[in-house]
Amino acid sequence: MRSRLRRLYHRYRFLVLRRVVQVGILFLFFAANAWGWTVLTGDLSSSRLFDRITLADPLAVLQLLLAGGAVAVEVLLGAAIVLVAYALLGRAFCSWVCPVNLITDAAEWTRNRLGFREPPLMYLNRKMRYIVLVMVLVLSFLLALPVFEFVSPISAAARGVAFGMGMGWALLLAIFLFDLFVVRHGYCGHICPLGAFYSLISRFRVVRVRHVKDNCTLCGACFAACPETHVLSLVGKHDGTVNNPECTNCFRCVEVCDDDALFVSLTGGWSE
Amino acid sequence: MAKNSKGTREGLSVDRRSLIKAAAASAAAAAAGISVAQKDAQAAESDWRWDKAVCRFCGTGCGVMVATKNDRIVAVKGDPLAPVNRGLNCIKGYFLAKIMYGKDRLTRPLLRVNSKGEFDKKGEFKPVSWKKAFEVMADQFKKAYGELGPTGIAFFGSGQYTIQEGYAASKLLKGGFRSNNIDPNARHCMASAVAGFIQTFGIDEPAGCYDDIELTDSFVLWGSNMAENHPVLWARIVDRKLSEPDRVKVYVLTTYHHMNADMADVSIVFKPHTDLAIQNYILREIVYNHPEAIDQEFVDKYTTFATGYVDIGYGMRSNPDHPKYSEKERETMRKELAKTISEAEAKALAFLGVKPGDTLEMKHRKVAGSHWQIGFDDLKKALEPYTLDFVAELAKGDPDEPLDAFKEKLRGLAQLYIEQGRKVVSFWTMGFNQHTRGTWVNEQIYAIHLLLGKHAKPGSGAFSLTGQPSACGTAREVGTFAHRLPSDMIVGNPKHREIAEKIWRLPPKTINPKVGSNFVQIMRDLEDGKIKWVWVHVNNPWQNTANANHWIKAAREMDNFIVVSEVYPGISTKVADLILPTAMIYEKWGAYGNSERRTQHWRQQVTPPGMAMPDIWQYMEFAKFFKLSEVWKEHKLPDGTVLPDVLEDAKAMGYDPEQTLFDVLFNHPEMRKYAWPDPIGEGFQNTEAEGDGRPIQDAEGKPFKGYGFFVQKALWEEYRQFTLGTGHDLADFDTYHRVRGLRWPVVDGKETPWRFNAKYDPFARKANPGGDFAFYGKAQKKIPKGTLTGPEAGTSVDLTNRAKIFFRPYMDPPEMPDENYPFWLVTGRVLEHWHSGTMTMRVPELYRAVPEALAYMNPADASEIGVKDGQFVWVESRRGKVKVRVETRGRNRPPKGLIFVPWFDERVLINKVTNDQRCPISKQTDYKKAAVKIYPA
Amino acid sequence: MGDVNKTRRKMIFRTLQGVTLAAVGGTFWAGFVHENAQAELVLRPPGARPEPDFLATCIRCGLCVEACPYDTLRLGAYGEPVPVGTPYFKPREVPCYLCEDIPCAVACPTDALDLVGLTDEDGELDVSKSRMGVAVVDYNNCIANRGLRCDACVRACPYIDDAIYIDTRRNPRTGKHAMLVPVVDADYCTGCGLCEYACVTEEPAIIVLPRDVALGKAGEHYELPPPKFTPEEPSDEI
Repeated sequence: MRSRLRRLYHRYRFLVLRRVVQVGILFLFFAANAWGWTVLTGDLSSSRLFDRITLADPLAVLQLLLAGGAVAVEVLLGAAIVLVAYALLGRAFCSWVCPVNLITDAAEWTRNRLGFREPPLMYLNRKMRYIVLVMVLVLSFLLALPVFEFVSPISAAARGVAFGMGMGWALLLAIFLFDLFVVRHGYCGHICPLGAFYSLISRFRVVRVRHVKDNCTLCGACFAACPETHVLSLVGKHDGTVNNPECTNCFRCVEVCDDDALFVSLTGGWSE
Repeated sequence: MAKNSKGTREGLSVDRRSLIKAAAASAAAAAAGISVAQKDAQAAESDWRWDKAVCRFCGTGCGVMVATKNDRIVAVKGDPLAPVNRGLNCIKGYFLAKIMYGKDRLTRPLLRVNSKGEFDKKGEFKPVSWKKAFEVMADQFKKAYGELGPTGIAFFGSGQYTIQEGYAASKLLKGGFRSNNIDPNARHCMASAVAGFIQTFGIDEPAGCYDDIELTDSFVLWGSNMAENHPVLWARIVDRKLSEPDRVKVYVLTTYHHMNADMADVSIVFKPHTDLAIQNYILREIVYNHPEAIDQEFVDKYTTFATGYVDIGYGMRSNPDHPKYSEKERETMRKELAKTISEAEAKALAFLGVKPGDTLEMKHRKVAGSHWQIGFDDLKKALEPYTLDFVAELAKGDPDEPLDAFKEKLRGLAQLYIEQGRKVVSFWTMGFNQHTRGTWVNEQIYAIHLLLGKHAKPGSGAFSLTGQPSACGTAREVGTFAHRLPSDMIVGNPKHREIAEKIWRLPPKTINPKVGSNFVQIMRDLEDGKIKWVWVHVNNPWQNTANANHWIKAAREMDNFIVVSEVYPGISTKVADLILPTAMIYEKWGAYGNSERRTQHWRQQVTPPGMAMPDIWQYMEFAKFFKLSEVWKEHKLPDGTVLPDVLEDAKAMGYDPEQTLFDVLFNHPEMRKYAWPDPIGEGFQNTEAEGDGRPIQDAEGKPFKGYGFFVQKALWEEYRQFTLGTGHDLADFDTYHRVRGLRWPVVDGKETPWRFNAKYDPFARKANPGGDFAFYGKAQKKIPKGTLTGPEAGTSVDLTNRAKIFFRPYMDPPEMPDENYPFWLVTGRVLEHWHSGTMTMRVPELYRAVPEALAYMNPADASEIGVKDGQFVWVESRRGKVKVRVETRGRNRPPKGLIFVPWFDERVLINKVTNDQRCPISKQTDYKKAAVKIYPA
Repeated sequence: MGDVNKTRRKMIFRTLQGVTLAAVGGTFWAGFVHENAQAELVLRPPGARPEPDFLATCIRCGLCVEACPYDTLRLGAYGEPVPVGTPYFKPREVPCYLCEDIPCAVACPTDALDLVGLTDEDGELDVSKSRMGVAVVDYNNCIANRGLRCDACVRACPYIDDAIYIDTRRNPRTGKHAMLVPVVDADYCTGCGLCEYACVTEEPAIIVLPRDVALGKAGEHYELPPPKFTPEEPSDEI
């Protein structure tokens, strides 16, 4: 019994923690608008922590700058804080904060549950997100409008929870279905310019997954769990850290590994 | 452009589906060659029935046309033929069609009962039948009546019930139950005006009429925000101003800037209660500096000079140590018995030789209204201290206004009155009447007009505006007051009682000669257990009476029974034990009398909803429970007066002691002579006369099929007998249904626009043949002679046909701002809402326009207290507190040190804060002067 | 060589693929964004920059919405004809109550709601300087213009007599009543919409429109006298 509990803990500790963080943030946004809580106000574009510290989405701010908006110092600082945070934490936004991750993970879970093994309806290149990111920046400049903010499902979800969804649910449903039936890991893994943006800045991140080849039994569990499978290219091949910046630091691989072959580590030596 | 953009904006709220559906429907209709809107409109209007009626709201008395279809009022419009408004209305009138159809209309009798269904004061409201309601009501009545006699029960009447309803109530209570405990909400509204009229002219109601507006050169508005509270009349004043902008002047005297003040030529913001000082300044200016302006012939022939006591108290309880009052309340209450003379009073009362710091004992509280003749020299002497310097210093209401500017305004005001050849009309409402010296201010305004000979002449006169639609018609003319009988008669006068007994077909000495409890006194009697049964009609006493905490507590916690006949829930239904669902304005036949003595009738347009029934029906059914032997026996009153047993005389008149009051007062053969159907009612229904098809049970539990006669006409014609030959003469019932109202006295079918003026008033010609004027009112025309300090014993002068020019000094109100309570609180109304808001707060559009009562405050005061617009504050007096939102901008802009809070909002029950201080003569409450503190909530 | 060519061809082709995708997708995207940004009739909170500038500056965080104590402000959601995520209000539903401390504008982390325009000479916030829109009266349906004593909009206005004043004129229909007709002075009107909210007609006869939509422009080649005549007007210039 006890060992079973320990096993469950081992297997789901990060997942549960991630869900708590993701849902908690949404809840705080909701509570801010519904009941006037001041723990975390605003939404993922820009927010205020304890009514004091302003945080901002660096990509959103970059769009505003390109669009020629009058961006205040306050929000620039807020974006800088977030930028530095994710530069150190890696693309953790995508797996620990982003509400769309809840949807795409749900699609993945459903896909596994239903046993879909069929090839994707269409082929998407994982590099496409960088093209989308470039489009965001170019179009923001050309149209003088923050173009991703008009269509971002991330904002739609977070804002929808806090301020009312409107027809935003349709966009989120579309992503769910797209991930479920059209392309596996379709949105987060191929299209999302924000994911691309965070990938670009997390090249020098401090938190990484470390692999110990000798413990690996090549069971493949980590590959099955990873949304960005290609980042695990070192598994079973050599020791080291996962250096591909597209890794979202979700640590799913770490918890599904029964062989002590994968760890969470900080550059500088510490590992879990 | 507005149209286009509106269309687009609508897209924000109209959902696509309904748009598509509407588009499809109009496409189909277009194919058939008609436009939808047009077809609907035509179909709708072709079967509407239009009939004339009167607006339900203020004392202006606008005529309206009411359209009904399928027993429902579907539209209203201003009556183009009505002389008052000629087809216009204000926004309250605009929504007349909606006031009857609020969702929470009371439609069933509701009684507080216990789990067994028996009456229980602490029980919950449950629907009961009319029979059960009347039975419990009569049981409780008999309990109180048996224990306490005729003084132990009371009616709260109204300036808003119809003339016939007021008449039926008065007849039942005074003639049937032999009690004089009936007092209308008009006591809160017009009593000071009435006392002013009676004391000055010996007869109630204005000399002039609305036509004065078109004929005058100057308007002086004292304590009246006509722009909001008599909206259509204000439009007439503005029109007069526009017709001759250079000649016509509008002066507004007020304690805070409001809409009138904004639109006036000159607005004078004075400190509360100092209007008396300003009037005396004007009088002094005339007497000392412009004696040539005095119309000597008019003064000599038609007036005399008079004054009265000053130590008359403030109409508060005479026992400040009353156990139910807190020490804080007593601070103010003690002034009822004695007060310390202030610096200002020492000057203002110089003629009495008082010094600041002296104690003024209130020795003449019980004879507050008595007065005596003085000479012109006395007047002159008394006015001496009211110099411009003294009055300006005392009266300047806005601390930020330079004294010189204020003096200039006062001088201009005096000049306006004095200027030879300039016609002047003074209007006032609650600013004068709700005043602890309300009768005095009324009298002083007449003093100014009379001295200058500018009264009772077309275009010149002092004109008291009424607030309620029938304060004049019902409350005052019918006399639904504790001391009055119809047509200006009083219960204290044996001759008057005799006349009433004759018309009411009562045995001699049936009517109780003792004045009953007035409005606030009924509340105090409930608190003291001296009254244990009360019936309320068309009135919200627990919201509209000052110092409400006490009365709400008394109603709920004392052993008493409160019946409230109402149309919508409100504070009074909440404190009630029994709620009776009542028919509203156009659900019954009725008549109202407006400010200018115009009586206007209407027909029943629709059936009342649910089980709601007209007030007259309720009085008549209730009367069925009382045999003559129960009420016309001997009664001993608490003061020792004995009402004799009149049953023997009753028998001699052909009555049987086992007959009920219903048979004698209402179902009398004389009344049954007025048959229904009647040509006047052709095509219209009459619930009382013939029932209305609803399965209503009467008091005995039998289906109500109507009384079989034209009840409202019978009551009218009987009431009319009181008026004939008295100068209050009314026309017959049928005439009023042919015209757009008539101003009484109606003699030979002709109305009287200006009274007391021989050119226009047949009674003036009769009273004083060959003279130009006659102030022919008969009341209080024999008074003693005296000096400024008092009457000479044993003297009496006859003042037939004369009006009195009073001298009344300035005195401080009993409660003024001090260190602990630094603000003046003034209460009042807003255009959008009527009185306690029970009707208008249920019209969605009016609710939206003004959803809550705000505390209007000077921005400097707000910032000193540390509150911003829209934040809540507590407004607290010695008596109670309310939470209210602050507004420093907008329509009302008080000077520093004063706040204005309207009283329509039951959630902001400002009357918990106000004081039940009153004019000791008129017994009208002063709602305009309470001292409060204000702090953030 | 062939391999190099092949690789280069592949590279060029890949690039073309990407560029084409970007161009096609971008066209649709730009089209959608452009369309969504064309909400001419949207009313913005106090201090909002002119619309194009506002859209480029607003980060769509909703902090202003949360700061509003009256629930006046809402964020545009998909399906509403409002640029998504941007704050707006509908006066007929909840008007702007013009808080003296302007919490919405203070809360704005970018300068989309710009305090500069809401500050007086002494550096104090002055909400009367907001220009959210301008009230426009539909005189065909205004009941005051038919002679009724309404002027509910005038009394609802926090800047009564400035932003809306009463124009009095004689009513020839009755011959003895004046008409008290509301007139908006765009120089003072903040566009708060309290008038539109208070208007008692079934559909409001006074509505607030964005200033650039509602206001005309007389042109600078002629200097017109001020719109409202005041008797105290200085005459020394003449």
